[in-house]
Amino acid sequence: MRAYALLVVLLFIGNTTMSQNCDNSLSGKVTDLHDGQLLIGVTLTIANTEQTVQTGYDGTFTFPNLCNDTYYIQVSHPYCLTKEFTVRVNGDTTKSFKLEHHLEELNQITIEGSAYSDKSKTILENTIDNEALERFSSGSLGDALNSISGVSSLNTGKTVVKPLINGLHSSRVVIINNGVRMEDQEWGAEHAPNIDINAISNLTVIKGAGALQYSGDAIGGVIVAEASKVPVKDSLYGKNLMTAASNGRGSSLSSKLTKSYQNGWYATMQGSLKRFGDFEAPDYVLSNTGMFERSASLQVGFNRFDYGIEGYYSVFKNEIGILKASHLGGAQDQIRAIESTIPLTIEDFTYKIDKPKQDVSHHLARLKTFKRFDEFGKLSFQYDFQRNNRLEFDSRRGDDREKPSVDLELDTHTVLIDLESDLIDEMMLKSGLMARYQNNFATDTGVRRLIPDYQMYDLGVYFVADYQLSKQLLLEAGARYDFTFMDVFKFYRTSFWESRNYDQLFPEIVVEEYPTEILTNPQLNFNNGSATLGATYTFAENYNLFFNYSVASRAPNPSELFSEGLHHSASRIEIGDLRFNSEISHKVSLTLRHDDDDNFSFCVTPYINTVSDFIIIEPVEVRQTIRGNFQVWEYRQTDAQLLGMDVDASYAFTNNVYLKSQFSLVKGYDQTLDAPLIGMPPINIGNEIVYQNPDFNNIRLSLQSAYHFKQHDFPNNNFEVYIPQTETYEEVDISSTPNAYHLLNFNSNIDININQQSKLTVGFSITNLMNTSYRNYLNRLRYYADDLGRNFLLNLKVNY
Amino acid sequence: MKNLKNMRNLKFLTAALIASSLFIGCSKDDDPQPVNEEEVITTMTVTLQPEGGGTDVILEFRDLDGDGPDEPEITNGNLTAGVTYSGSIVLLNEAEEPAENITEEVEEENLEHQFFFTIGGGLDVTISEENLDDENNILGTTFKLTAGTVSSGELTFTLVHEPTKPNNGLESAGGETDISVTFDVSVE
Repeated sequence: MRAYALLVVLLFIGNTTMSQNCDNSLSGKVTDLHDGQLLIGVTLTIANTEQTVQTGYDGTFTFPNLCNDTYYIQVSHPYCLTKEFTVRVNGDTTKSFKLEHHLEELNQITIEGSAYSDKSKTILENTIDNEALERFSSGSLGDALNSISGVSSLNTGKTVVKPLINGLHSSRVVIINNGVRMEDQEWGAEHAPNIDINAISNLTVIKGAGALQYSGDAIGGVIVAEASKVPVKDSLYGKNLMTAASNGRGSSLSSKLTKSYQNGWYATMQGSLKRFGDFEAPDYVLSNTGMFERSASLQVGFNRFDYGIEGYYSVFKNEIGILKASHLGGAQDQIRAIESTIPLTIEDFTYKIDKPKQDVSHHLARLKTFKRFDEFGKLSFQYDFQRNNRLEFDSRRGDDREKPSVDLELDTHTVLIDLESDLIDEMMLKSGLMARYQNNFATDTGVRRLIPDYQMYDLGVYFVADYQLSKQLLLEAGARYDFTFMDVFKFYRTSFWESRNYDQLFPEIVVEEYPTEILTNPQLNFNNGSATLGATYTFAENYNLFFNYSVASRAPNPSELFSEGLHHSASRIEIGDLRFNSEISHKVSLTLRHDDDDNFSFCVTPYINTVSDFIIIEPVEVRQTIRGNFQVWEYRQTDAQLLGMDVDASYAFTNNVYLKSQFSLVKGYDQTLDAPLIGMPPINIGNEIVYQNPDFNNIRLSLQSAYHFKQHDFPNNNFEVYIPQTETYEEVDISSTPNAYHLLNFNSNIDININQQSKLTVGFSITNLMNTSYRNYLNRLRYYADDLGRNFLLNLKVNY
Repeated sequence: MKNLKNMRNLKFLTAALIASSLFIGCSKDDDPQPVNEEEVITTMTVTLQPEGGGTDVILEFRDLDGDGPDEPEITNGNLTAGVTYSGSIVLLNEAEEPAENITEEVEEENLEHQFFFTIGGGLDVTISEENLDDENNILGTTFKLTAGTVSSGELTFTLVHEPTKPNNGLESAGGETDISVTFDVSVE
């Protein structure tokens, strides 16, 4: 938003002339952003020349002897956040600056939203700020994202929560964590993002692929998680956050400490611990659903207006129990589990996490540096390294009892070079290059490799430009090209290799033949182009219209290409296809927004996303094995279309009471089969009434209602199996969707000042207030157990 | 603007350099080795030995490619009316050389395993005297089978891993099915 404001400001300042006339002055005044009070003793420094002036008693300043040029000016005040501004001098110029003047109250260090720059200018961005994120402290990233209209989640129980944007998830949603694209085996439906929600201060969702600086394959959208910015001033501040919850009988602890110096150096340390036992549905314990999450991060940097460097390292480790009753053999177990109204295994509450379970760790290290060049822009360089190690444990026999069934290590190195340049006042150009190397290594666990060993090379180049055509109209255009090369070593079962005719199609990739399997070396190339075109139009005071058209291309992921065997946690055989090409999406979205904080605001976003060669997985047959019958699901490419609409509205009854409403609708169709797509979120409506009073210890009370309709559009994937015990053929109903449900949540918090320096925030909330028994269509465990029952949460936060 | 162009060229060059050094730095590992699947059960053989002598009846299910596309080979058998057989089950992993006997593992972990026997389609046989685990609950790797009157139907063997023990049969046992194989059997 700041960049946008700056652009508007720049527009007022006038046209560009390049004559070297250096006797101009720049004058103006500096005021408090909040109450307009004149600020005295503010230091203004012109970058590079170190020319410095201070504001006098009337809050004014004057720089003499300036050329007609663009200047970067740092504005600082002992009690304010230092800010930087770009000013174009043309003749004698007047410019006023506003600073946020309440930093002396250390507990107020909540960095304003505008500290984070826009990611896309023609797609509406939804953000979740620090305060709202803290309410999800004991939950997951996915839980917080769920609060945005049009964003839901694909869950495996309570603890594996994958964000789903406008009906799409996994490889179609790109997550950027502190500037780094998460490479954490996101292809799997039961693989949650490896991000600690307490490590981030701002979350942005872009429901489309328009933010090409991050990626060209975000067919669903982009989620950007950022740590808080550190002010350039001498300061030491921190935060402790503790949540205790009745359901799961657990708690989460998070602590963060920041030290910063006026000279630009800063360091932030953060750590979190989260421990829960078995969660509980209203009527029973959900056995083996506990979790144990640990994370820590360290950020050290040096920040000046025209250059800076930052190192960041984080480690995240999560051990997650998977509902015992969901772990099944073949179709006969599936029937028993689905037909039983309660889970087939219910044990006493415990903190112990037994098999089946996941144990995932993620390391992320990043080094970033930037330098601003006059007349050229800001050039930044980033190198990052990620290591994701995923262990999955199933119940096993014999010597393998304690061994994981899956042990995958995914290493990713990325180099990014980005340039942000203001070529002319009205135009901003972002461009960059990306090079990535990824290596997946599957350790021998005594179970066939689910994902083969591979090495992948990516090269990307992009540009995004925006142009302020008039005061009302901003245009944006961008393009990106990505090249991907995969060098894979994959074992195929000989019977599979031949049944697919691969022996005729790809005889050249066979490396070695073993008695029952063959080693192959597929080498795949993908050339992906993506582009965006959009406009933002402002009219009639407080109305904005956003229009965006984006093309995105996504290369198939290793799971879609190489799956070949039993997927234990889904109790089905999954088969990929070596011949897949990239899927290409065309998404058009339109947003009408009206902002009026004092009264009625709304935002309506209809969209249409047409995807060619969309990769879906669907059942094709039932296969007899020694373990009984299993359904075989095969990946296929088709043409798909998703249409929908997200609506947000808020109405302020008084200064203290307001109502917020949300509505999201998405419909997905397989156009080739003329059938609905699987796993589309049903319509949901949310309403929240909030009472907030800043004059009375900033008290906030809210009552939230969420109504989820029954999904009526779903493909019929049911199948029949013979059950020897009853001597009948029985239908395995894996398609039917759960009934509609309504949940009520209560939220409250109040601030208590401990002393000048410290503040305590006490929060109390209840989720699923009515203890409603329900099942969520987008929870993969819905066949086996109800979702969570009532939960009391106590939150304590100390800022110091 | 010229300056800008130069800078951009420089930028591309730098990136290309870094990228290439990054890639050259990563030499290819040796080819991966095939996974030795120790736990797979490819073959179940049920041997029914008539008490008082005679030829053994063999029921066998064999699927060498596991959950791969090849169909299993199933050998069915015929029983003689009125005869009692002593039955034993052998599980093999024939994907290994030499084949590994999995029954031994099941018998070692007898508390966590149980064979269930399902008789269907009018087949007149009864199962009794299953062997027991260390806590005197049913294990069922050996048993007695008594063939009744002339009839035909199905005999299903189900091995459940980690069932609730003791139990009242498959419906309430929970656990995870390791084996579920049905044979067509007739009593003559």
